[in-house]
Amino acid sequence: MKAFVDGIGLLGPGLPDWSASRAILTGAAPHVAGPMTIPASDWLPPAERRRTGVSVRLALAVGREACEHARMEPRSLATVFTSSGGDGDNQHTICETLASEAREVSPTRFHNSVHNAPAGYWGVATGSMESSTTLSAFDWSFAAGLIEALTWIAFERQPILLAAYDAPYPEPLRAFRPIPSPFGLALALNPTRSDRSIAELALDFASVTSDVGLPQELMRLRDAIPAARGLPLLCAIARGDRTDVAVEYLDGRSLRATVTPL
Amino acid sequence: MEPLALTACSIVTCLGAGRQANVAALRARRSGLAPCTFETVRLDTHVGEVAGVDAVRLPDHLTDYDCRNNRLAQFALDSDGFGERARAARERHGAGRIGVFLGTSTSGILATELAYRHRDADGRLPADFRYRETHGTFSLADYVAHALDLTGPAVVVSAACASSAKVFGNAVRAMAAGLCDAAIVGGVDTLCLTTLYGFHSLGLLSPRPCRPFDIARDGISISEGAAFVLLERAGSTKARVNLLGVGESSDAHHMSTPHPEGLGARMSMERALAGAGVAPDRVGYVNLHGTASRTNDASEAEALVDVFGTATPCSSTKGLTGHALGAAGAIEALLTVFALEEGFLPAGANTEALDPALHVDYLVAPRSGGAAIAMSNSFGFGGANCALLFGLTGS
Repeated sequence: MKAFVDGIGLLGPGLPDWSASRAILTGAAPHVAGPMTIPASDWLPPAERRRTGVSVRLALAVGREACEHARMEPRSLATVFTSSGGDGDNQHTICETLASEAREVSPTRFHNSVHNAPAGYWGVATGSMESSTTLSAFDWSFAAGLIEALTWIAFERQPILLAAYDAPYPEPLRAFRPIPSPFGLALALNPTRSDRSIAELALDFASVTSDVGLPQELMRLRDAIPAARGLPLLCAIARGDRTDVAVEYLDGRSLRATVTPL
Repeated sequence: MEPLALTACSIVTCLGAGRQANVAALRARRSGLAPCTFETVRLDTHVGEVAGVDAVRLPDHLTDYDCRNNRLAQFALDSDGFGERARAARERHGAGRIGVFLGTSTSGILATELAYRHRDADGRLPADFRYRETHGTFSLADYVAHALDLTGPAVVVSAACASSAKVFGNAVRAMAAGLCDAAIVGGVDTLCLTTLYGFHSLGLLSPRPCRPFDIARDGISISEGAAFVLLERAGSTKARVNLLGVGESSDAHHMSTPHPEGLGARMSMERALAGAGVAPDRVGYVNLHGTASRTNDASEAEALVDVFGTATPCSSTKGLTGHALGAAGAIEALLTVFALEEGFLPAGANTEALDPALHVDYLVAPRSGGAAIAMSNSFGFGGANCALLFGLTGS
């Protein structure tokens, strides 16, 4: 399975966007994690904007950056969203309410509780009526999203946007599912090479022995946040050398992503 | 697309466990909905609760996954000999060559809802709470892959009420790309407080058993259920029904209200037909999403007329099964397949006076004669739409 990477979106602690993060990914600039700001998308009408939580904001921010970088029109783009667990703040508040006497769940919180809320808001924001799916494969949700995006491209021969994102759970869920910070990453993928293509990406189930050389602090981020399992892939693209990258998959298995920068 | 054969299936709904119980209820138009007595829920609504879920025991090595959703999954693996057939398929294809593509909306969140009631003085959850294996969105596919010893690609699609219809598309694409030679597809969703109180907050629960396409329809009835299908490449099997087409689209309209003219729904139906190369007039029955909410039925009827005209027989089986949310797509896909195989067109239940504003041939009594090709629709929050097209082999 193959695709061309035409655009990248990135937002994580100390990683404000793709262009500012390239040097950090290669180790040429230091990684300094600080507080993150995740703006609500001004693509949404103000009433909708106020209703969005961290995971929706993350997914929309990185998806938009990837589209703009690729100069792809989001209105005509199919999408794959992937997240290990969706909106933890919202789930916590609903469970807290349901454990109380009144059990008065907010209707907005309820419709935001579906795992595909970012896909829904993306549709409202962009007007895209194209196919969209929302996946989860626990810690391997990025790999599952990559598989889905590339099989989609192989089948439909149309471009697609992959957005992977995870947001922290508050306590008491955090103790059982510690995700330290929000993180989002998006790839705008094309079946054919365009003048915007920055790398060719091939994916198979072979094993990889080489190490892409992700800086140490970013390795910690990769290990702590499921969506950040895509960082080695971005590191390879940023380095600009042809490289095989291991993308962690189910229960210790891995995928081989062969990155050929263009 | 290349047709894929349905070589094994399993279904558990409030109508009963297994194909026979569900077909008998379909023929008799027997509803499985009853006043809600689930858990501590005090809401004036009817639900479709599956009898016997609490008694299901998971295999010893998988008890970490114990929760209502995975118990219902195991119930379905034990029904209609599905587990044995899946294991035979594993022998034929190899454990790594069978994918697991399953849909759920709320997974095992009931476990978390209950755990929140047992927080200690410092607000901590009980130490035996297990996130990955119960509440986690991937829990269902994780459990089924482990229960069947499968090591191919595995993923959960969680796109609200379209989840377990959309998984057929993931399986089609993965098999076409050569990632696997067979696929377990389906869905499981179970009753929980989040969906019952959540739909209540939106004013969408009917106090009566839901009445799809009725002029006085006043909301949905939530239920639970599970359905699994084994998909293999057509040609080498003796399957009687093939998956012919999958159509997916998005509404791009609103988080919880369907597009008023059913534009996204229409696109999904047209794409399923186009992918199969089947003209609309060859479709003999449509199993509607038909939740019995005012807006869903109106927009779906409009979309149906745009695609098929007014003469294609259709019905919603949610008056019988209730709305099993993330499992509805796979459950209704199977009810559609059973109708093809058994040679009758199923009717809705509870509907007394058809809404004259909905210009479709809605069946209020089962019709004999059957169909060779039929469609099943599923639409969800977030504007997720999916239409599936099935046909008798040779059709």
